[in-house]
Amino acid sequence: MSDALGTKHLLGIDDLTADDIDLVFRTADGFKEVLARPIKKVPSLRDITVANLFFENSTRTRISFELAEKRLSADVVNFSSSTSSTKKGETLIDTVNNILSMKVDMVVMRHADPGAGVFLSRHVDACIINAGDGTHEHPTQALLDAYSIREKLGRVEGVKVAIVGDILHSRVALSNVLCLRKLGAQVMLCGPTTLMPHHAKDLGVRIAHDLDEALRWCDVANMLRIQLERQGGDGIANFPSLREYAMLFGLDRRRYEAIGKDIVIMHPGPINRGVEITSDVADSASSIILHQVENGVAVRMAVLFLLAGGMDRQPRP
Amino acid sequence: MRALTILESKAFELTVCRLCHQLIEDHGHLGGTALIGLQPRGVLLARRLRKELVRITGEKDILYGELDITFHRDDFRHRAVPAIPAATDLDFSVEGRRVVLIDDVLFTGRSIRAGLDALLAFGRPRSVELMVLIDRRFSRELPIQPDFVGRHVDSIDGQHVTVEWKETDGQDRVLLNPVAR
Repeated sequence: MSDALGTKHLLGIDDLTADDIDLVFRTADGFKEVLARPIKKVPSLRDITVANLFFENSTRTRISFELAEKRLSADVVNFSSSTSSTKKGETLIDTVNNILSMKVDMVVMRHADPGAGVFLSRHVDACIINAGDGTHEHPTQALLDAYSIREKLGRVEGVKVAIVGDILHSRVALSNVLCLRKLGAQVMLCGPTTLMPHHAKDLGVRIAHDLDEALRWCDVANMLRIQLERQGGDGIANFPSLREYAMLFGLDRRRYEAIGKDIVIMHPGPINRGVEITSDVADSASSIILHQVENGVAVRMAVLFLLAGGMDRQPRP
Repeated sequence: MRALTILESKAFELTVCRLCHQLIEDHGHLGGTALIGLQPRGVLLARRLRKELVRITGEKDILYGELDITFHRDDFRHRAVPAIPAATDLDFSVEGRRVVLIDDVLFTGRSIRAGLDALLAFGRPRSVELMVLIDRRFSRELPIQPDFVGRHVDSIDGQHVTVEWKETDGQDRVLLNPVAR
């Protein structure tokens, strides 16, 4: 049986070709229509059980995945590390194998360690979807971001996207760069030098340290969250103060109006209002932040649907 | 062996015309009727029927929709190629209507089952009938039978029926293709 997607798992954007991404988008178009119906549910995954394993906190992504699974009629079990046996010292493989022995077919996992999904895919027999692994990747976020750009501007190819902020700690930035580049967009990373990883120059993107320059260049600005919980050691070590950060890299109305053209504003959430973006911009007509959230469900339905399509229906030995 | 032509252009036109008259004979006034074409190939027949019905009856606002069944299929994980969804365009409730589901070829009946399932999301119709251009008899895997049939075809396993349309393929005709070797 051939895989619908050419990959068994979704661990990172590199698992997908540009054609795969296009297939995800076209399938998501179908699901957007389903989500506009009075009954927002289809039976495609009714014989599939999905475990959502969140070893790290999440609101949006967990709810988005759970809604996507439920609207595909999958059976869903949820797990969050704060209430689980990992606190008692169980290893990741043991935890997951125990869950799989209860006949789970797919695992959606968020974990604080980069590569946790890849590691798991080598040791357990289930389809793994990475919902964020440390500072590494967050592929479904990148897919829904690119999908939202495609929806807003009609295309991704040739669009200039500036990703602004805490690039160093951002899995969203890395996945977005890989995904947008595959689709032919031009990407610029913008942030303070201390929040720009050394590998950035190898990604084939422009790099800027001046927000106004990035804003003048781009068609779309994706304002990343300052990841306060990941800043070095005891608090914030990569920039002097939030106030200074907001002054130099925060997007406010005055700065937006100075660009002299309309650009699309995105944010992967959760927003630190008044830090990377002010409320008057985040809630303005240029912002597609809530469309991103809405599209997230359709895109995740498409990913689940397509990965399930490539799964062997035979019971595992 | 070459493909056998089951319906050529003139007979094709007559068949579509007859299906329209049968529907009018059966339903009388089309006010309570909703025509729903199944994506991707059934909509071509449905669009043609709608045009013809408007011409014959003069009723301009016959309820018409197009339904995609991809997410309701029972075989999506058995298919060699990925099923890509087509657009559903159904902006009315089917509650209390006489729905006529329209598809080009009725074979195993599985698409129609999926169509019935998909239709439930749009309300509870008074009745659902099935209209097809070609009914491949003796190949059903589910207890589903059509109410309006253009042409019955008795074929063997491995043969394939293709319906071609002026709009997409240049001419109207129905072909019975031999067993692929």
